Amino acid sequence: MGATTFRATGMAGGELARHRRRSSWLLLSPSVVLLALWAFVPLAMTLYYSLQRYDLLYPARRGFIGGTNYSLLFTDPDFWTAIINTLVLVLSVLVITIVLGIVLALLLNQNFPGRAAARLMVIAPFFVLPPVSALIWKNLLFNPISGLFGWLFKLVGLTPIAWFTTDPMIALIIIVAWEWAPFATLILLTALQSLDADQLEAARMDGAGRINRVIYVVLPHLARPIAITIMMESIFLLSIFAEILTTTAGGPGSATTTLTYLIYIRALLDFDIGGASAAGVVAIVLANVVAVFLMSAVARNIEG
Amino acid sequence: MMDHDPSAHSHAAPSPLHSLLPPARLEPREGLRPIWKRTATTLLASALACLLAGTGSAVAATLTIATVNNPDMLIMQKLSPAFTKETGIGLDWVVLDENTLRERVTTDIATKSGSFDIVTVGTLETPQWGKNGWLDPIGDLGPSYDMSDIFPTVRSALSYKGTLYAVPFYAESSMTYYRKDLFKAAGLAMPAQPTYAEVAKFADKLNDPAKGVYGVCLRGLPGWGENMAYLTTLVNTFGGQWFNMKWEPELTSPAWEKAISFYVDLMKRDGPPNATSNGYTENLALFSTGKCGMWIDATVAAGYLFDPSRSKVAADVGVAPAPVGITPHGSHWLWSWALAIPSTSRHEADAKKFLAWATSTSYIDLVGKTDGWVVAPPGTRLSTYENADYLKAAPFAPLVEDAIKSADPDHPTLNPVPYTGIQFVGIPEFEGIGTTVGEDVAAALAGRESVKQALASAQASTKRSMVQAGYIQ
Amino acid sequence: MREEKAPPAGAIAAWAAAFVMFFPILWMIITAFKTEAQAIAIPPLLFFRPVLSSFAAALEESGYVHFAENSIIVSLASTALAVLIAFPAAYAMAFQPGKRTQNLLVWMLSTKMLPPVGVLVPIYLICRDAGLLDTRTALVIVDALMNLPIVVWMLYSFFRDIPRDILEAAQMDGIGPRGQMTHLLLPLASPGIASAALLSIILSWNEAFWSINLTAAHAGTLATFIARYTAPEGLFWAKLSAASVLAVAPILVFGSLAQRRMVRGLTVGAVK
Repeated sequence: MGATTFRATGMAGGELARHRRRSSWLLLSPSVVLLALWAFVPLAMTLYYSLQRYDLLYPARRGFIGGTNYSLLFTDPDFWTAIINTLVLVLSVLVITIVLGIVLALLLNQNFPGRAAARLMVIAPFFVLPPVSALIWKNLLFNPISGLFGWLFKLVGLTPIAWFTTDPMIALIIIVAWEWAPFATLILLTALQSLDADQLEAARMDGAGRINRVIYVVLPHLARPIAITIMMESIFLLSIFAEILTTTAGGPGSATTTLTYLIYIRALLDFDIGGASAAGVVAIVLANVVAVFLMSAVARNIEG
Repeated sequence: MMDHDPSAHSHAAPSPLHSLLPPARLEPREGLRPIWKRTATTLLASALACLLAGTGSAVAATLTIATVNNPDMLIMQKLSPAFTKETGIGLDWVVLDENTLRERVTTDIATKSGSFDIVTVGTLETPQWGKNGWLDPIGDLGPSYDMSDIFPTVRSALSYKGTLYAVPFYAESSMTYYRKDLFKAAGLAMPAQPTYAEVAKFADKLNDPAKGVYGVCLRGLPGWGENMAYLTTLVNTFGGQWFNMKWEPELTSPAWEKAISFYVDLMKRDGPPNATSNGYTENLALFSTGKCGMWIDATVAAGYLFDPSRSKVAADVGVAPAPVGITPHGSHWLWSWALAIPSTSRHEADAKKFLAWATSTSYIDLVGKTDGWVVAPPGTRLSTYENADYLKAAPFAPLVEDAIKSADPDHPTLNPVPYTGIQFVGIPEFEGIGTTVGEDVAAALAGRESVKQALASAQASTKRSMVQAGYIQ
Repeated sequence: MREEKAPPAGAIAAWAAAFVMFFPILWMIITAFKTEAQAIAIPPLLFFRPVLSSFAAALEESGYVHFAENSIIVSLASTALAVLIAFPAAYAMAFQPGKRTQNLLVWMLSTKMLPPVGVLVPIYLICRDAGLLDTRTALVIVDALMNLPIVVWMLYSFFRDIPRDILEAAQMDGIGPRGQMTHLLLPLASPGIASAALLSIILSWNEAFWSINLTAAHAGTLATFIARYTAPEGLFWAKLSAASVLAVAPILVFGSLAQRRMVRGLTVGAVK
């Protein structure tokens, strides 16, 4: 259809193509230039500092030290634990939020009384500042002595779990998943609403039950939004930090120390900008690896 | 859309858009176009207006002060209009929690960016920043300012090589809180100077989780200023120290092992669950709701615990000095929040006026009269502890006075050490080192590692940091 | 609009899910009306005489109104800026894809991967030298740039849902890209644009790291307001809850209004 349309306009194919390329560049360039500046300048500075000794508290001691920051980083026993913790946190939260997001989006897509209010309630966790969310969970809910969960456990005769002592990673995953499920829900819900009701109707008339309709009609339609959600969420999850700081301070031991938290300790406790920059570079590499992996896994869905 | 004959497009109707839009479905949407345009324009216009207006101009003689959200500071903020009325100098307040404040202020001061005229600093960073030349020496605050009235130990903790770099508005030490009623019921008596051996015995007797009472509550939250503040005093009084004279860490020494094992065993036997999440605030909540038999922590908690409107156990709280081990050195800490002037400030003279006003005896009187004597800033001036009104409102005051007078940051340990500081080591690297070690100890408390393993790991990481920082060759 | 009413089981399930997700916030709101002593009581108090003292304490001397103003301005301005820049870029990528579009997308997203903590000092120095410390301008720019990749991605993905035929037909009728964008894309993709804008506003609203570190007394946002209550000495949960309610209220109100617009845009007709 495209070919006939173009021939009918009277514009030669080559001219049109060139015109399109030019206009495409014009449109893209402001974004690209800005993003380039925003990405390259801090990146370049980070790379530069990672090769330097730069301790904010010892301004006199500056100098090029090559790869020393990196070797110190890689021989730090906490470093590898941090990488594993980061991957565990990100992947667990991704899985939970996507599944939860699909379920919630399906539920909220129905037509039932008070649906606008219910939607707002589900999305509400996303509006709360992360340190506040963490404190609510830590003190009002998880606390085995004065928290709600502890009280409920005791009601049914169980010993309350000391979440942050025995299962800190699980507690952290719960908190972060609660914060980010609304994000997934929002995207998937909006995508659901562009699903044509006719298709579902046709499937129903063909005798497909509710579950089958979901599996064979709804989920494929959601494939691309899910892929996009995964990509975007993983970016945010890789830099989760405030929640760890307020609940466990990276502990006990290094049970909840992620790469971002490690960078925090270097940058803001040690004020070791050189070391923090090196860890930052490693974080970018890790994130890019994750992104490439995810991209290749979901690429065909995005092309859609 | 699919049905349109492609060639028909060249005969477009006068308004090309109408021919493109399938009429029935999208017509209502046309009404939205002008709305979007208007919204976008309004947003842009307001954004531009705000950008232009939002650059923040400097008003003459207004000081920007960065401070911590400590109750005494909040009172000061409330009373500061009196200062403005007296001197005509305005104040812009930036109030943050301790960790955020320290990080924010350090970033600004170390990069010499000059965002603040007055900063709140603690005893950890003041000597170091003074040494780096980042703070103005306090010097002379005027003839009516009584410098000698300030506790000598506190003054020394805020100085570097004899020069004072900050004036304290708040100081604390640590002491033992206990429940007089529970002691009586168990037939126990708190001695005038308890030892840790006695504390362990008391805790064992008082521990009754079935009734919701834990023998002793102690800090467990990882952090150089949280669990390690307390644990350093424990190690000190057990005869240990962080570093020897050659700056080699001693975390695997017998004294450390004994102290940390004592702590972990005591907490496992007689402490509340989830202790690795409990810092000062959580323990305060526990004690004030009657869940702890004893608590060893900051002297400032007394103001809460003795206040019947905020504490369930106000009538039954007793206080005693912090317990000792084999030496009284370093058994209780010394911390002070103080006001300092960054060297980048452009309003030094005015800032000094505020410093003088906010830490003077007349200010303390002001607080006593307006908010009550029990919330007068503690631990800074000897005269406060001679004030009859204060002593009446704060029966724990004499103990606090003794604690602060005897807390000597220059001699915190049994054996000589190359550093100053009782509950911390006065080097810039300590924040990172202390927090990492704090996490290792928390791992031992949580039962994830043995004490030996935790201390070995702590020793290794501390050694690395010291080598990296150049203390050890 | 043929939308069948949900069966009772479905409605109940939806309400239960909403309640569970909302519960911690509900608990926080309840706590905001307690005194500190009530806040830490066990068993947790469900029935108590509500007081406003925690709200009063949270508002006292805290500069709430000023911080809220800044939050609103920075969120809206940075979102407007981000959408303005992202819109043409997403258009170009969706409708005039080149060979490198895919790479560009990934690269745009990867620019977000630098943990802010690691670049604090470099950015701080840049702002200082540009005279932008403690200004709303700095925050608007930083937030817009931080959210730009996300907004581009979201707009791109919504634009992909729009059939190219409409735009190609407009192209043939001589309507250039600008006309296409303003008269066609805007209305057609408005739910997508609304979602992207809403997301950007929320992200900007919750952005705490730069908001605190690049500001002092003038340009602070509600993140700075909350930092006053997150870890003070002494008991603070009722005050923190009250402060959080105050910090969340504006955006919850905005969110509910925006929701209705999004829903309205959607019920007018699915794009096909």
